[in-house]
Amino acid sequence: MDFRWDLIVEYAPLFLKGTLLTIGLSIAGILIGTVLGLFIGLGKMMRKKLWALPFKWYINFFRGTPFMVQILLIHFAVVPAFLDTTNAILAAILALSLNSAAYVSEIFRAGIQSINRGQMEAARSLGMTHGQAMKYVILPQAFKRMIPPLGNEFIVLIKDSSLAALIAAPELMYWGRAMQGQYMRAWEPYLTATVIYLVLTLSLSSLLSLLERRLATE
Amino acid sequence: MIEVKSLKKSFGTNEVLKEINVTVKPQEVVVVIGPSGSGKSTFLRCINMLETITDGHVFIEGTDLTDKKTDINKLRTEVGMVFQQFNLFPHKKVIENIMLAPMKVRKVSAEKARVKGLGLLRKVGLVDKAEAYPDSLSGGQKQRVAIARALAMEPNIMLFDEPTSALDPEMVGEVLEVMKQLAKDGMTMVVVTHEMGFAKEVGDRVLFMDGGLIVEENTPKELFDNPQEERTKAFLSKIL
Repeated sequence: MDFRWDLIVEYAPLFLKGTLLTIGLSIAGILIGTVLGLFIGLGKMMRKKLWALPFKWYINFFRGTPFMVQILLIHFAVVPAFLDTTNAILAAILALSLNSAAYVSEIFRAGIQSINRGQMEAARSLGMTHGQAMKYVILPQAFKRMIPPLGNEFIVLIKDSSLAALIAAPELMYWGRAMQGQYMRAWEPYLTATVIYLVLTLSLSSLLSLLERRLATE
Repeated sequence: MIEVKSLKKSFGTNEVLKEINVTVKPQEVVVVIGPSGSGKSTFLRCINMLETITDGHVFIEGTDLTDKKTDINKLRTEVGMVFQQFNLFPHKKVIENIMLAPMKVRKVSAEKARVKGLGLLRKVGLVDKAEAYPDSLSGGQKQRVAIARALAMEPNIMLFDEPTSALDPEMVGEVLEVMKQLAKDGMTMVVVTHEMGFAKEVGDRVLFMDGGLIVEENTPKELFDNPQEERTKAFLSKIL
């Protein structure tokens, strides 16, 4: 088997463009998904069952249906319903954010509920309001415990962003498929994409373990 | 100072406190003893509303806790609490544990809170641990920090919920020593404990609780040497 390095070199600028978009989609998904996830997690923890219900069903929907279905639905149905036109990048960001928000919200909830009840009691007994106790005592501790599962979720998100190729958002996988289509070769485009995805996910996990070490308290 | 009037507390159908009436005078040290499940911790936790009160009233310096208009957060700043499990904030250094509430609740400046915190640490003999994290401390040291943290809010009343029960035996003394000093300084204290020696030495009054009721109350000497109720006698015979 001959391996055509020259084809990879030829496609390198496109892979670079694609990688940048993949990074962009992932960062947007992570940021929006996390903020939205915190909000939904808080919503689901509301004492009043009826108020928590919409948040519960949000999570049910986005966790219980395939991401591929979600991204196609958003791209071909939801976005056109609002904008009268399709927009692949917008649809990809929307789908990634909404999907990861569901997972982040559960990570967030688990993190908060894993903190011993005594922490809240101690904070309240010192006269702090519920909000102050959350902000200064519970959340900082919960956040530390949330880093490993959040890292998992962000890695899944980077990988899921490859499904944006289906709606022709010109990210990494899109150019991989284009290269295969043009030269009828499989090894070169997909191995290249594999290596780039691996570099992205490994960089993210080492970044997160760095953060984890910095937050360590002996 | 503290006035508890026909206090009742139920968890679902489980009636934990049946009818509690207690008055604690300023500077008094009241020790609560009794078998586990007798409701003594629940009673203590009702005094600063860590448990919701099912029925009855608790007055702290004349303010009714059960009144919906009472600012419970403000009231809690007057009532310090020390827990069996210490409940120090593990993500903060010892000095930060102590500074947090004065800064956030009382809006004291960081410098003032630090000076005050170091003073309190000196008082409990742990000034050299100011920059340590709680996880690196022994149980006895943690509990002394917890006491200093509660004192930083300058409360008028201190509640102790089995403060030495989670400690290794050789560490009980150092915590009791701090509490004795506090009592000597005139702090009003309600202490749930199994330390009968402490009750005898420091307590002005001992309450014996069983089955959600105060079965007997008296001075430590009278209650320990000359118990009137059968249940008190049975309990004391098991632990003394």
